[in-house]
Amino acid sequence: MSSNVVVIGGGAAGLAAALKASEEKCDVTLIERDSDVGGVLNQCIHNGFGLDYFKKNLTGPEFKEKLKEKVLSKSNIKIKSGAFVHSVEKDKNIVFIDRNGVNNLKCDSLVITTGAKERPFTSLGISGKRLSGIYSAGLAQKFINMMNLRPGNSALIVGSGDIGLIMARRLTLEGVKVEGVIEIMPYPGGLQRNIKLCLEDFSIPLYLSRAVKYVDGDRRVNKIITTKVDDKFNHIGGDDITFNVDTLVSSVGLVPNVKPFEFLEHSAGFSTTNKNRTSENWIFSAGNSTVVFDLVDYVAQEGEKAGYMAALQAKNDLSPAGKIKLLPGKNIGILYPSYIEKDYESKIYLRARQPMEKGVLLIPELGIEKEFEDIKPSEMIKIKVPAFDKNTDRIEVNLNELK
Amino acid sequence: MIAIIGAGVTGSLIARELSRYEKDVVLFEKNFSAGRGVTKSNSGIIHGGYDDPPGSLRASLSRKGNILYTELSEDLNFRINRCGSHVVAFEKKDFEYINKLVKYANTNGVKSYEIIDREQLKIMEPELNGNALGSFFCSDSGVVNPWNVAVSAVTNLQKNGGEVYYDKKLIRIEKINSGFRLFFEDGTQYEADLVINCGGLFADEIAKMAGDIVPEIFPVKGEYYLLKPEKTLTNSVIFPIPDENTKGCLVTPAIDGGYLAGPTAKKVLSKYDNTNTEEGLSEVRTRAEKLVPNINFRKDPVKTFAGLRPETEEKDFYIDVGNSGIIHVSGIRSPGLTAAPAIAKYVTEYIIQEKLGIKLTERPDFDPKNNVRIIDSFETLEEMNSFIKEHPDAGEFVCYCNKVTKYEIKKAIEQGARSIEDIKFLTGASFGECQGGYCTGKIIEIMLQDKRVKPEDIILNEKNSWLFSSEVRI
Ligand SMILES: Cc1cc2nc3c(=O)[nH]c(=O)nc-3n(C[C@H](O)[C@H](O)[C@H](O)COP(=O)(O)OP(=O)(O)OC[C@H]3O[C@@H](n4cnc5c(N)ncnc54)[C@H](O)[C@@H]3O)c2cc1C
Ligand SMILES: Cc1cc2nc3c(=O)[nH]c(=O)nc-3n(C[C@H](O)[C@H](O)[C@H](O)COP(=O)(O)OP(=O)(O)OC[C@H]3O[C@@H](n4cnc5c(N)ncnc54)[C@H](O)[C@@H]3O)c2cc1C
Repeated sequence: MSSNVVVIGGGAAGLAAALKASEEKCDVTLIERDSDVGGVLNQCIHNGFGLDYFKKNLTGPEFKEKLKEKVLSKSNIKIKSGAFVHSVEKDKNIVFIDRNGVNNLKCDSLVITTGAKERPFTSLGISGKRLSGIYSAGLAQKFINMMNLRPGNSALIVGSGDIGLIMARRLTLEGVKVEGVIEIMPYPGGLQRNIKLCLEDFSIPLYLSRAVKYVDGDRRVNKIITTKVDDKFNHIGGDDITFNVDTLVSSVGLVPNVKPFEFLEHSAGFSTTNKNRTSENWIFSAGNSTVVFDLVDYVAQEGEKAGYMAALQAKNDLSPAGKIKLLPGKNIGILYPSYIEKDYESKIYLRARQPMEKGVLLIPELGIEKEFEDIKPSEMIKIKVPAFDKNTDRIEVNLNELK
Repeated sequence: MIAIIGAGVTGSLIARELSRYEKDVVLFEKNFSAGRGVTKSNSGIIHGGYDDPPGSLRASLSRKGNILYTELSEDLNFRINRCGSHVVAFEKKDFEYINKLVKYANTNGVKSYEIIDREQLKIMEPELNGNALGSFFCSDSGVVNPWNVAVSAVTNLQKNGGEVYYDKKLIRIEKINSGFRLFFEDGTQYEADLVINCGGLFADEIAKMAGDIVPEIFPVKGEYYLLKPEKTLTNSVIFPIPDENTKGCLVTPAIDGGYLAGPTAKKVLSKYDNTNTEEGLSEVRTRAEKLVPNINFRKDPVKTFAGLRPETEEKDFYIDVGNSGIIHVSGIRSPGLTAAPAIAKYVTEYIIQEKLGIKLTERPDFDPKNNVRIIDSFETLEEMNSFIKEHPDAGEFVCYCNKVTKYEIKKAIEQGARSIEDIKFLTGASFGECQGGYCTGKIIEIMLQDKRVKPEDIILNEKNSWLFSSEVRI
């Protein structure tokens, strides 16, 4: 088997990449390990998807269907679902496994869009018993939205990322009493609009600077003791709150899937350039496997670009240019991409380390000095940067607070 | 009937050993599956046998056990990685202890050891603290997945006509003419002509039920981290110089990938207290960082857990016949996992046949081998390919982190797995980085394919550990 472009992972990023590469007249094979494409979109039955990309307010499954329809209409895209990528060999051979056996697929270029997985609650090293009733938010979401199973009667949500907030609302709507959301940081982790729509509208309290101290119960969770923390996350005594609930839903972050492609340069996710190129010239990546994006629109746009670049690469129309490292400077948490290839415009995405009323983003080498108001770590800042070609090997990005 | 109480590694291997003979063998266990007591949470190390005090029962049985593991792992189809172990010296005076190990090793019949100097050690273990002066290295040491040893022994027991009853908590023993009557919490009773007590932490309490006295067991907690870093931390088991109670807090590769750091050693009051504490975990971090400075407790932990050692004042196994006539296999503290195959032989060949004078006749049709494989490992992709051609489910992945397929999940259910943890422990699914965040849903889908299973019946591990309060919409 062979294909000009292979895409691994059929979420929003992978579907968009396949589509774009096929429009560039490439034969494309999309490999998805699940039985259907769509990735995390399948389980997000709430609205808020596609405002930018489709100019419509869609649910996750609707967003997927719109993309999938286009993909299915292309005769030069083959979808292999239920197919798990075992390895990628440097001679551009991809080994994947499905119910038919072990398959080999040769390609000219590759796009990896494997998304992200949830960080498990167990990795936090929290005291307490091993009990039933502790679920990651994505799993709880899957139980309710896709498997029709109610994971408990009353719940505490640990972590105020978007998935946690969405789940607070979903659980409430499905008759589970949500006693609160606790967050270890002094500010919420999810989008402001989700705080409003998912918590405030349902009178669910949000507790900031608070962590789980102990999980108790008899085979099933029945009590969660929480405590106030200081800015170094040390437990402060004297202000414990006990929640008598039978379910703990944790939403403590997503981690990009880099397995089994660890041979590519990566920190949390793959390090890519503004042309979505990884440390191997013929391999590209986009979406949550690079950094965790909060909006699917960004993911789909980056996916398209990766598909386009991979198509050029397959046709030998893309020569690697010099790479400039983008360095996160003051107050910058997440910065994407990791490198800029010269002579090509880029979109830079970043997250602030802490909330600010007002700040200025400074990238002097690129001529950028831009003010932002009401900056929140949970909301990505996106800026367009024109192509440039100065001789330098690194550029620092700083975000200075303005008082 | 011979009744064995407790399906830990000791009871399971004794029961399986007895199924060689013309006897009815029944294994009773209070949990829902084998290997869920002390056998579940420990370091999983098959010790070399070089540090047990010469002359102790522990010393002779652990050495023999270590040797028996090679054949046993082939017969029962579980994996063992003989990765070797270092006991590392950081100070001049540590070599006194290492010299003692040499003496013990010689007396205990361990030949596979070597003293490693500083330079050699750097080559063998590049991530080890650079201040290490040298080590005592034993190439016979290895790691296994401990509950799989118990589970695979039970599989083989059943294959050879033995039986195992789960959810059977023994609460009373009565002596009767023909032997003993056993009373269980669920109201059932069984008669047995011979009873073997392998109750782990509770063996002393079971002995009391028969009016026998064995050394009292007190629980000593050991806390651990399981980490999954990308890079190699150690190639072998790394022990510090131990303190007086334990072999000390170690760092070791785990058989299913990743590394274990721990255990601590703290006396606790309750035999049920397997909780993690901040105090214990921070001790593990400090001690492990001393051995392997690059170990990353911020980024790489996937879980923490704790086990309880069944410790006695004597610090040795107590394996003997009580006044009541019951055989007590008690005080099975570390290295009980290592010694278990030898304990099984010691009980059947010495205690039962020699000491009690009960003659056991070998069955001609005993089959020591498990050919049902639950976890398949293939040497080559071609092998995997031909296996999938015959069993398409083996090409459908359920757990991506540890690469477990639908075939293995279904096999585990066929083998009697009833709870989510049963399946996880049998197949290794969910023991990877995401800790079941992904595959738990898929496992439940497979369980629910059996229409007799209702969502409300699904449990995590024990009774009352329910997962779902109801369906969302009927
Ligand atoms: C709960 C939740 C709520 C959200 N709410 C919103 C919202 O309201 N609005 C919005 O715009 N965005 C929202 N997002 C964000 C957005 O949905 C995601 O960022 C986006 O869908 C991610 O797409 P992706 O393609 O990068 O990853 P994924 O959707 O995770 O897709 C990755 C795909 O790769 C497959 N895969 C992984 N590894 C392999 C392998 N080895 N072999 C084969 N296949 C593999 C996976 O099965 C998966 O299908 C939300 C996200 C979540 C989790
Ligand atoms: C922290 C720690 C680290 C260790 N590390 C190692 C190591 O690296 N190498 C090594 O060789 N050894 C090690 N050990 C020791 C080893 O784990 C034990 O010696 C071994 O697992 C004991 O097995 P067992 O079958 O005797 O006990 P268990 O596994 O506890 O089995 C006893 C069984 O009896 C059942 N039971 C109890 N009461 C009743 C009742 N009333 N009715 C019915 N069933 C009952 C229990 O449920 C249990 O399943 C370690 C131990 C600990 C705690």
